[in-house]
Amino acid sequence: MKLLRLKPGHGEVVLAEGDVEVPEQEAALIEAFRRELDAGMWAAVPTERRDGRREAELVKSFSDVPRDAERVIFFPRAAGGAPGARPLGLGATSGLAATSGSGAMRFGAAPR
Amino acid sequence: MLLGLAATAIVAAVLLWDLNRARVRGLPLTLIGALRRRLVEVRERTRGAPHPVYDPGRELRAEQRARVLLRSCVNDEEWSMYRDLGFVRVWGGGSGVNGADARYAYLIYPHRPIVAYVPATGALLSEYCVAFPDHSRPYGSAKLPDADDVLAKWMALTADERRLIADANMHLPGRQLDPEQVRDDLARLGRWERERPVARARARRHAHAAGSEPQSPQRAELQSVGRAERETTPRRATGRTGSVPAL
Repeated sequence: MKLLRLKPGHGEVVLAEGDVEVPEQEAALIEAFRRELDAGMWAAVPTERRDGRREAELVKSFSDVPRDAERVIFFPRAAGGAPGARPLGLGATSGLAATSGSGAMRFGAAPR
Repeated sequence: MLLGLAATAIVAAVLLWDLNRARVRGLPLTLIGALRRRLVEVRERTRGAPHPVYDPGRELRAEQRARVLLRSCVNDEEWSMYRDLGFVRVWGGGSGVNGADARYAYLIYPHRPIVAYVPATGALLSEYCVAFPDHSRPYGSAKLPDADDVLAKWMALTADERRLIADANMHLPGRQLDPEQVRDDLARLGRWERERPVARARARRHAHAAGSEPQSPQRAELQSVGRAERETTPRRATGRTGSVPAL
């Protein structure tokens, strides 16, 4: 099992890796898991259903993680973005605004 | 008497003027000395500290890593959608795998609001503005790479739709995204979905005509879809959504 964390400016980093069947390694995984949750991260386990649909499962403790899970992904908890962003048409740019990799639509850009 | 007082006043005035002149002369020297001392302090303080080296390729490598991870988590269709169109559609309400019974769906854009819409009519329902800021700012920014932002939204939405929506700031359509652009994206999505089976069949035919086992039919299919998309969709101008640039 791998514990990964999404990180700005880097992509994911491996926090810990080990076999849950080996007690020492499991203890290290649990320790890393708790540390991330204490830091305010959300933990998700990507899964695939029998019908082929892929989805994720949010877990709050290490015991919730399926024993056969290959990875747990930590990411910053969600926050309502740009609450004070001015609506379109006011020529405002939002705090959440950023050029994406696609260089696409500008967040808060004036309508055409 | 008066003469004595006047003489005393003159002497006092001369003495005071002399004192002030010395202070005024010493002022620049005092300032320069203070500046020098400050400079030495700053030098000593920063001598042992590691200087973060500016790395212009960091964000690019981060996005590459993020895309690999995104691809490994979502299904083929969702990955192709993100790569070709720049966003991912997630069916809402816990619908089936193909969204046949979905009453609504979401479009996930990187670092932009999630848009809810009705697949049957294309009507836009609302914008959900949500972010995943990492306040530790490991490289100065709190923003995840684009593909990681999409992945975080995808995980949160597929795991606990209600919770994510509750955490988001909800606005009516048009608050932060131009509805015309979103409708344009939905039209592109429709074209893209219509082209996919054709492209898939074309890839199979090519592989069959080549008389060999297709080395990577999925890749050929995706290339074909990308070609079809380029042919049917004019090159997007600034301010419009497009496919994610190849890295």
